[in-house]
Amino acid sequence: MAFPAEKAELMSQAAEIERRSTTPVRFSAKEAARLVARTTAVDAVGLEERAASLAKRSIKRESKLWALDLAIRCMDLTTLEGSDTPGKIVAMCAKAVRPNPIDSSIPSVAAVCLYPHLVPVAVGQLKGTSVKVASVAGGFPSGLGPLDSRLREVREVVELGAHEVDIVLNRSLFLGGRYAQAFEELVAAREAAGDTHLKVILETGELGSYDRIRQASVLAMAAGADFIKTSTGKITPAATLPAALCMMEAAREFFHETGRRVGVKVAGGIRQSKQAIQYLVLVYETLGAEWMTPDLFRIGASTLLNDVLMQIDKERTGRYQGPDYFTID
Amino acid sequence: MTERVPVRRTAKLFIGGEFPRSESGRSYEIFGEDGRVLAWAARASRKDLREAVRAARAAQPGWAAKTAYNRGQILYRVAELMEGRRAQFEAELADAGAADQAWGVNAAIDRWVWYAGWCDKVHQVLGATNPVAGPYFNFTIPEPTGMVGIVAPPDQPLLGLVSRLAPAIVSGNTAVVLASERAPLPAVSLAEVLATSDVPGGVVNVLTGFTKELVPWLAGHMDVNAIDVTGVPEDMRAEVESLSAENVKRVTRAKAADPFSPEAQSPYEITALMEFKTVWHPMGA
Amino acid sequence: MAKIERQEPQAPERREPVWEYATAPESTDIVRLEDRYGLFVGGEFVEPKSGRYFETINPATEETLAEVAEAGPEDVDLAVSAAREAHERRWRDLPGTERAKYLFRIARMLQERAREFAVLETMDGGKPIKESRDVDLPLAAAHFFYYAGWADKLEYAFPHRRPRPLGVAGQVIPWNFPLLMAAWKLAPALATGNAAVLKPAETTPLTALLLGQVIQEAELPPGVVNIVTGAGETGSNVVTHPDVNKVAFTGSTEVGKIIRRALAGTGKRLTLELGGKAANIVFEDAPLDQAVEGVVNGIFFNQGHVCCAGSRLLVQEPAFEPLLDKLKDRLQTLRVGNPLDKNTDIGAINSRQQLQKIEELVASGVEEGAEMYQPECVLPERGFWFRPTLFTNVSQSHRIAREEIFGPVLSILTFRTPAEAVEKANNTPYGLSAGVWTDKGSRILWMAERMKAGVVWANTFNRFDPTSPFGGYKESGFGREGGLHGLEPYLDFDGDSE
Repeated sequence: MAFPAEKAELMSQAAEIERRSTTPVRFSAKEAARLVARTTAVDAVGLEERAASLAKRSIKRESKLWALDLAIRCMDLTTLEGSDTPGKIVAMCAKAVRPNPIDSSIPSVAAVCLYPHLVPVAVGQLKGTSVKVASVAGGFPSGLGPLDSRLREVREVVELGAHEVDIVLNRSLFLGGRYAQAFEELVAAREAAGDTHLKVILETGELGSYDRIRQASVLAMAAGADFIKTSTGKITPAATLPAALCMMEAAREFFHETGRRVGVKVAGGIRQSKQAIQYLVLVYETLGAEWMTPDLFRIGASTLLNDVLMQIDKERTGRYQGPDYFTID
Repeated sequence: MTERVPVRRTAKLFIGGEFPRSESGRSYEIFGEDGRVLAWAARASRKDLREAVRAARAAQPGWAAKTAYNRGQILYRVAELMEGRRAQFEAELADAGAADQAWGVNAAIDRWVWYAGWCDKVHQVLGATNPVAGPYFNFTIPEPTGMVGIVAPPDQPLLGLVSRLAPAIVSGNTAVVLASERAPLPAVSLAEVLATSDVPGGVVNVLTGFTKELVPWLAGHMDVNAIDVTGVPEDMRAEVESLSAENVKRVTRAKAADPFSPEAQSPYEITALMEFKTVWHPMGA
Repeated sequence: MAKIERQEPQAPERREPVWEYATAPESTDIVRLEDRYGLFVGGEFVEPKSGRYFETINPATEETLAEVAEAGPEDVDLAVSAAREAHERRWRDLPGTERAKYLFRIARMLQERAREFAVLETMDGGKPIKESRDVDLPLAAAHFFYYAGWADKLEYAFPHRRPRPLGVAGQVIPWNFPLLMAAWKLAPALATGNAAVLKPAETTPLTALLLGQVIQEAELPPGVVNIVTGAGETGSNVVTHPDVNKVAFTGSTEVGKIIRRALAGTGKRLTLELGGKAANIVFEDAPLDQAVEGVVNGIFFNQGHVCCAGSRLLVQEPAFEPLLDKLKDRLQTLRVGNPLDKNTDIGAINSRQQLQKIEELVASGVEEGAEMYQPECVLPERGFWFRPTLFTNVSQSHRIAREEIFGPVLSILTFRTPAEAVEKANNTPYGLSAGVWTDKGSRILWMAERMKAGVVWANTFNRFDPTSPFGGYKESGFGREGGLHGLEPYLDFDGDSE
């Protein structure tokens, strides 16, 4: 259920405040809870049909090469395993800066994404490059540890030099209907991160319906997130085209009503170039060309990178490629 | 010039889309009308039956979730493949002592096509919207009952089997079939047809073996929703119905004794294995 | 812990998007066009006794595709005789199970040759390949498949009534879904044991003729289906032929009335599927982003050449501005162009004649005071094109709110209460379809109950299925196609008086 008039009223009040001040708008927890209740309804069948029809868009050569290049530039090369060691991070950082050692036309990825413990290694390796260090924080992936230790973790990774922080929405509170409290935790994390780029992971695979995904998106954006992100990658389903479309529609509406662009990151289960391009089509058709930049769109992935490199070579040479010709790290 | 040595057939069980031997390692002889040994068929045990039920249960939600049109197309394709195997079916029917094999195969294929065409129609004929006395939209839809055990008739090993199996799976049920003990080879060939069609593994499972040994286990299984007792020996009928009481299984049997009679095919054979769900919804601005 | 100096990463160069859907044209190699097509009569392609031919063009390029025979009165007479003979000698008494198998064959062959048919449909009619490939072809094959299954089950559809075929059906179809309309007409007619004489629209004869080839390959008994190409006069000869028992017509309300008058007193059975001016009703609480898709699909699908198009948007006033903004944004992303390009959303207008009609009505809209909006898009030089168009400030009395435009033009009106929406939606002589968008289930059903329309779509639009009956109230026609109800027009029953 949604009441555009009332929501527009709330949003335009917020936009007014934002225009007058230099800091992002602050909703109160109570306002945020009402925002959730008034979120635009989502019809699942219609949403999935739209996502499916966009997935059939046919992209040919020149556009495809540009899209593949953009996919790399928007990629957060990710490793989030309990077994990650400094050695693994060193190798991954080298790959992040120079994905194809024999082809210097291939750009660097946007960022590496890893656990707090490995941040110093990555910061050291990536000094002087364009690749950012993104760290998960705040009790990833469940987000259910004590609040003060979660917030402390956010502050610490910032101090360690991370350029970006990825936290999770507290689904226990959200799915339990405690919207105001879930909102307050997000605002606290926003403050703990200071000016550092903050992504809020919604964990769309746990939310149960697209209405919930839209509500969670609104909540996170209202709390001041720089990016909303689909998944932790630790459960299935992770990113799906309809879930991403739902979030993009929410971001589009938020932009129209507050003037602030919030980025969208899709993560988890994206292994093939074809999928990456489908997500780019969604961005283009829903949000427009302005969002086609790493500042506003990211893909969290690991094995995707080599598939993209293979596709680039296929487009250039006309031959299907094999994995032996691309380094693992 | 030496005569070519033919490659003989092994008749195995069909469970979850695969052809395992019985876990008991047992098998038994299939005799032709003339007394010679046609083949050895696997002799299914209660554990094989347990696995078959498990496979059928696992496959059921996916099969029921397909659109009716999709199921209809898949089942029509089965008929295409049956047509391609005419010669084998006719030979098997001859071995089993059938009089007019060609007619028997024709009837079986045409009956399969007949039932395939019901997938997307049975709801229109036997569902309803009900004009209740109040501002409510009320509709009744038939849904598949779930997992069905079928004891195939011992005689008419192809047409008799098709007449019980096709109506069961049209609506989205999955099945475990106890093939005719005396003449199981047409059932095995039908299983091979199903395995090479688009029917997902587990939707139909075929067990060859001793009917009297397996029937009680099927009748008593708590995860089987319905049992077709057409092929159950007379002296076991009462026992089967009694065992079925434990989880209130639906018990059905062929309405016509002779599968060649026109009464042997009917949409009511389909709805005998369906549940009718009625939904109410207010109508108000 | 010492605070680590955070290195600011070098900002990467911000590159300008090079995002263009490079043209992705479907190849036409798969289609083998002949220079000249004869009529399909008695199972053979024959030269017309009339000796006359006419051209069919590709409306996107104005190129001639082929010459097609023009059936004169003698040709129509021969076709009807062939149908009569086939019905009596080779079809009526064939068991339903055998009839079914012929229809299953045709369905399967349509699936096998789907790409070829889709490309030809786009070339001849102008609709985007995306639609002919994803909508027209699958539905046409499904229609034959569904009705095939009824051929031997009629006694269950009509218990105690002993259904019997009528004999020869004369069927005239329009140019907006050429192959699909052929399927909608032929499948139930044949399944019920009738023979048919089909007259495709003069601007789109080619897929019907290719269907004739499929019918030949399926070895359908000769004469059961006959295809006589031609224009209005041919159609008139078909429907008024004394040996035709049943007439089925899909087309404009104007011609439908002419046919009704022509058949008066003849005892022929008749079904009509005519025009529409459907209301697509959006409530404030609707899932708005999906509603936008539904509204866009409702009027721009197939360039608006759809009898059941949602050509009037009735939006609840509080949602008017947000919806209009979203609609305008969405219109900017619609791609008008080469119908063979897989990325094209809106194809060519079917003919110069239709384009002129659209232009005339749109001009009337401006003149009567409505406000027009069209996105900027470059239209190709040759061919017939029209930009997707919105009109706001529309009232019920405007011509663009009353008359069927049959083009990509949406008239937007507002309402305040559900009762007002009902009243406005029904305030038309038409009654083919309606759309309702709201998150509230009870309101969907309340509205559906009150719509004077043969098809109501809730939170969706333009959904078709062979199992789902389709047809109109009031001047949108009578009779239903699809579903169990679609069998009835082709049958005679015990106890029916002549």
